[in-house]
Amino acid sequence: MSLPALSPDRKSAPAPATDRRSPERGRGRLEADGLTAYFGASAAIRNVSIPLRDREVTAIIGPSGCGKSTFLRCLNRLHETIPLARAEGKVLFDERDIYAKGVNPIEVRKHIGMVFQKPTPFPTMSIRDNVAAGLRVLKKRPNRSQTDEIVERALTRAALWDEVKDRLKESAVALSGGQQQRVCIARALATDPEVLLLDEPTASLDPISSQKVEELVYELRKDMTIVIVTHNMQQAARVSDTTGFFLLGDLVEAAPTKKIFTTPSDQRTEAYITGRFG
Amino acid sequence: MTEPRRVSRPTARQRAVAERTQGTILRRRIVNGVMTGVVGLAAVITTLPLLFILFHLAKEGASSIDLSFFTEMPKPVGDPGGRGMANAIVGTLILIAIACGIGLPIGIGAGLYLADYKATKLANVVRFLADVLSGLPSIVIGIFAWQFLVKPIGHFSALAGGVALAAMMIPMVTRTTEEMVRLVPTALREAALALGYSRARTALAVVLRTATAGIVTGVLVAVARIAGETAPLLFTAFGNHFWSVQLGQPIAALPLQIFTYAISPYDEWHRLAWAGALVLIGVVFVISVAARFVTRSKVGAGAGD
Repeated sequence: MSLPALSPDRKSAPAPATDRRSPERGRGRLEADGLTAYFGASAAIRNVSIPLRDREVTAIIGPSGCGKSTFLRCLNRLHETIPLARAEGKVLFDERDIYAKGVNPIEVRKHIGMVFQKPTPFPTMSIRDNVAAGLRVLKKRPNRSQTDEIVERALTRAALWDEVKDRLKESAVALSGGQQQRVCIARALATDPEVLLLDEPTASLDPISSQKVEELVYELRKDMTIVIVTHNMQQAARVSDTTGFFLLGDLVEAAPTKKIFTTPSDQRTEAYITGRFG
Repeated sequence: MTEPRRVSRPTARQRAVAERTQGTILRRRIVNGVMTGVVGLAAVITTLPLLFILFHLAKEGASSIDLSFFTEMPKPVGDPGGRGMANAIVGTLILIAIACGIGLPIGIGAGLYLADYKATKLANVVRFLADVLSGLPSIVIGIFAWQFLVKPIGHFSALAGGVALAAMMIPMVTRTTEEMVRLVPTALREAALALGYSRARTALAVVLRTATAGIVTGVLVAVARIAGETAPLLFTAFGNHFWSVQLGQPIAALPLQIFTYAISPYDEWHRLAWAGALVLIGVVFVISVAARFVTRSKVGAGAGD
C-alpha cells in the first residue's frame, strides 16, 4: 500500500468491508470544551475547545512544550495521574462528559486506547500476553481461545502478525523498536476501543517503521476516532483529516488539514508551518 | 625519484617542537600502559580473596564431607562412627526461613511505599533510619533481640534468632525494593493505566512484576549475608548440640557450630569447622540458584494467563 499524497480526498476512501464493532460500541465522538490543564499552579493548556470527529484522524501539531501531549493525556484522564496535575473543563465522549462527577477514569480508559512516544511493551510478558493485557480488565473476560483469536486479529490489524506469529510466546522486548511499537498498537486495538490516542508514535522509530505505523493509522481511521500528536508536519499532512495547531498552551487554529497547510487563517500558524519558528 | 622534491628543510624551531611532541607521545604511552596495568591488577586482586577462600575451603573441608555429614549429629571428640552437622544445617535453614517470613513482607512493603511516596516526610525518615539500621553492627542487633525476646521469656530460642536476622535483612530488602521499583519507567506505569488498569493492579501486575528480578537479586544478597551471621545468634538462637526444630527452643546454626569447633583444641573439630564453612557456602549457593530458577519460570515471558 502506498500513501496518497498531501491531504487526499477522504470521502472516496472505501468503507470497511465488515463492521466488527459490537452493537454497544459507541461512535467515539470526542469533543474538548473549555479544557484547561494544570501542573500545580501553572496551566499547560488553556481553555481548549475542539471537536474530534469520529472515524477521522485529527493531528495535533505545535512546537515542543506547547501542550500537545498534555491535551492528549487529558482525553483519557491520564493527565491527572501525575502528582499535582489536574484538569478543568469538559471532554464529551459520545455526548457524556468524562470529567463529570461519578465518572470512573479507569472505565473511560478502557474505551480509549493510547500509544506512547517510546514503545512500552511490558517486559515481563510475552508478545501474546502483551497484546492480551487490556483484555484482562474487561468486564467480560474472553476465554483462552477467544483471547488467541483477538490477539491474532489485533496483531493482523497492527500489520505485525506475519512477523511474530511463530514467536508469540517470546518476550516482547526482544523485538525491534518498530515491532515493539506495533505490539503496543495491537495492545491498544485488542479491546476494540472507540478512540485511539497516539502521542508521537513514530518519534523514536526509523523511517521504514514510521511508514508502517502511518499506513496503519490511515487504515484504522475507518474504524475509530484517531488523535495523533506529532512533531512532524509532513506526517500530519499525510495522515490527518483535521489539524489543530497549539502554541504556548493555546489552540491557535483547528481546521481541515488541507486548509491548515495551504491557507491557514492565523499568522502564527502560517509562520510555524513555513518553518519560521518551532 | 630522480628529481629532488622541493621541500624546505625544517627549521630548528620546528625540529624542537617535533621532538617535544615525540616526547609527549612517549610519556603518554608509558602512563597509559602503567595505569592500565594498575587497574587491571586491582581487578584481579578483587577476585583473589574469593578464589583463595573457595580453594582453601575445598582443600580443608571437602575431605570431611560425606553423606553422614548431612545426616548425623555432632559427636564428642574421639567417638567413633559418622559425625555430622545435620542439626546445624536444618537450624540455619529454619533461621533463614523465619527471617524471610518476617523480613520479606515488611521489607518489600516498605520499599514499595518509599518508591511510591518518595518525597513525603515519613518516607524520608524511614529511608534515613533504614540506612542507619543497615549500618548497625550485627552484635548490637543481637544484644537488642536478647533484651526484648530472650530475657523476658527466660531462655534462648530460634524465634529470637530469626527476629534478629530479620532486623538485619529488612533495611537491605527495603532499599533494594525501592531502587528496583523506581527503575521501572513511568511510561510502563502509564501504559498500564491507559489500558484501564487500576492503581493497585498497575503496582502489582506491572511495576512489581517488572522489578521482581532485581528484587530477587537483592533478597538473595540479603539472605547470603544473614545466613553467615554469627554475632546476632550468640545471644538469641544460642546453638544446640542436639536435634531441635522447635521455634521456642535454642537451635543450632552453621555459623555458631563453625565458631564452636574452630576455637576448640581438637584437630578433628577443626576439620569439621572447615567442612561446615564449605556447606554454609553451599547452602547459600543452593538457595540462590533455586530462587532464581523459581522466579524465572514464574515471572519470565510466556507465563500464560
